Amino acid sequence: MGKTHLKMTVNGKEVELLTEPRQLLIHVLREDLNLTGAHIGCESSHCGACTVDMNGMSIKSCTVFAAQAQDAEITTIEGLGSSDGLHVLQEMFKEHHGLQCGYCTPGMITRAHRLLQENSNPTEEEVRFGISGNLCRCTGYQNIVKAILAAAAKMNEVKESA
Amino acid sequence: MIASAFEYHKPDTVDGVVSLLSKWGDDARVIAGGHSLIPVMKQRMTDISHLIDLGGIAELKGISIDGDKINIGAMTTQHELIASEALAKAAPLIREASLQIADPQVRYLGTIGGNVANGDPANDMPGLMQTLDATYYLTGPGGSREVKARDFYEAAYFTAREDEEILTAISFAKPSGGFAYEKQKRKIGDYATAAAGVMITIEGGKCKAASVALTNLSDTPVYCAAAVDALVGSSLDDATIKTAVKAAVDASDPVADTRGPVDFKKHVAGVIVKKAITSAVARA
Ligand SMILES: Cc1cc2nc3c(=O)[nH]c(=O)nc-3n(C[C@H](O)[C@H](O)[C@H](O)COP(=O)(O)OP(=O)(O)OC[C@H]3O[C@@H](n4cnc5c(N)ncnc54)[C@H](O)[C@@H]3O)c2cc1C
Ligand code: FES
Ligand code: FES
Repeated sequence: MGKTHLKMTVNGKEVELLTEPRQLLIHVLREDLNLTGAHIGCESSHCGACTVDMNGMSIKSCTVFAAQAQDAEITTIEGLGSSDGLHVLQEMFKEHHGLQCGYCTPGMITRAHRLLQENSNPTEEEVRFGISGNLCRCTGYQNIVKAILAAAAKMNEVKESA
Repeated sequence: MIASAFEYHKPDTVDGVVSLLSKWGDDARVIAGGHSLIPVMKQRMTDISHLIDLGGIAELKGISIDGDKINIGAMTTQHELIASEALAKAAPLIREASLQIADPQVRYLGTIGGNVANGDPANDMPGLMQTLDATYYLTGPGGSREVKARDFYEAAYFTAREDEEILTAISFAKPSGGFAYEKQKRKIGDYATAAAGVMITIEGGKCKAASVALTNLSDTPVYCAAAVDALVGSSLDDATIKTAVKAAVDASDPVADTRGPVDFKKHVAGVIVKKAITSAVARA
């Protein structure tokens, strides 16, 4: 039961590496590709800290085998913004205090990103339901919801003026 | 938590899957969305040396609505079931129930086929499929066959599916009348403490047809024939509903676990079944 060649596109860049089929996607990202943004919280499919975008879906990367990610398009938090230019969601999380310890934040923001792709003008209730797979132990969610709603409004403003 | 080593296969036809299953028997297992299987493999509660991914088989995906018949491929995800406007129009009960399963991330990957084939009494779709009186299509080395959802479940994790067979699709008649799927859970992403699916048709002030099935209240889903008998032909008055609720609770056989003791679960079952019947009647 040897290793396999795993090819993926991660944050727009093609990568290729050798790994075992049973390796979890979160470990490939963090340990082989050094993308340590996505976190391991529960490692049991419950907390959403490991959320990344795979082929246009928000997924818990602790519950996907490397073999299943063959040829996948992956976006992690590292692909959403950089230290010189924050993504709108990151800006709004900063402005509205959408994070405290920050452990849930990469998962929360990648999830929110996909949610806003699918529903650019969500209600508060839709935001709450849409992030229900992501746990936060610090904020009480209130400011996370505010930040996501503010990001949606900003993104729509930009679209309208374009 | 890393699973034991396995060999990974991704055939692109159903025949390809069946021949791999026939070759390795009990050592092989198919994987769909992986959101019931991977957690179990990570805990090493099961030993699988050949993992066969169904993700490459186009014919297992998709929803088709042909007149009165609805057909759903096994690899259709819960997210796709919710997103389909055509399905929401033809069978709104599916969206109502799917939205109560797990959380958004799980629903992007979790499939209808995996949910019904798993055999876990906590899964919501088996009870839902019994409510709809759905038919499952199985393909194995000997060809294809059909099994009714109401005959499929034998005990927890034991179903009518043979080891070398896979479930390819599910079909059911387009439902009419009122419907409801009610689920009591401790939080989003939790399995049911008790859940119930109900369908009711009313004609001339009387209940013409009904269906009642329970989730996570026994070691299999429970189709409640006695509750249905009580409802059909009645005017759906309070006394009849009370009798039907009692019949459903009597048909349940929950076990005590972290979701509560048996008496509590039976109490919740009564509340949930009553809510589901009342809501289905109001929508009929
Ligand atoms: C955090 C969390 C919360 C959840 N909450 C709920 C919930 O509230 N309600 C609920 O119903 N479920 C819940 N689930 C389970 C989820 O819905 C699963 O996705 C589903 O039960 C299985 O579908 P799958 O496609 O992931 O199947 P897999 O995990 O890939 O497979 C499950 C089993 O079915 C077999 N199998 C899969 N497809 C086929 C097929 N076509 N033919 C034959 N055998 C097949 C596999 O071999 C395996 O034994 C939850 C899961 C998680 C991780
Ligand atoms: S680490 Fe993956 S869901 Fe918690
Ligand atoms: S900010 Fe600490 S867990 Fe969310």
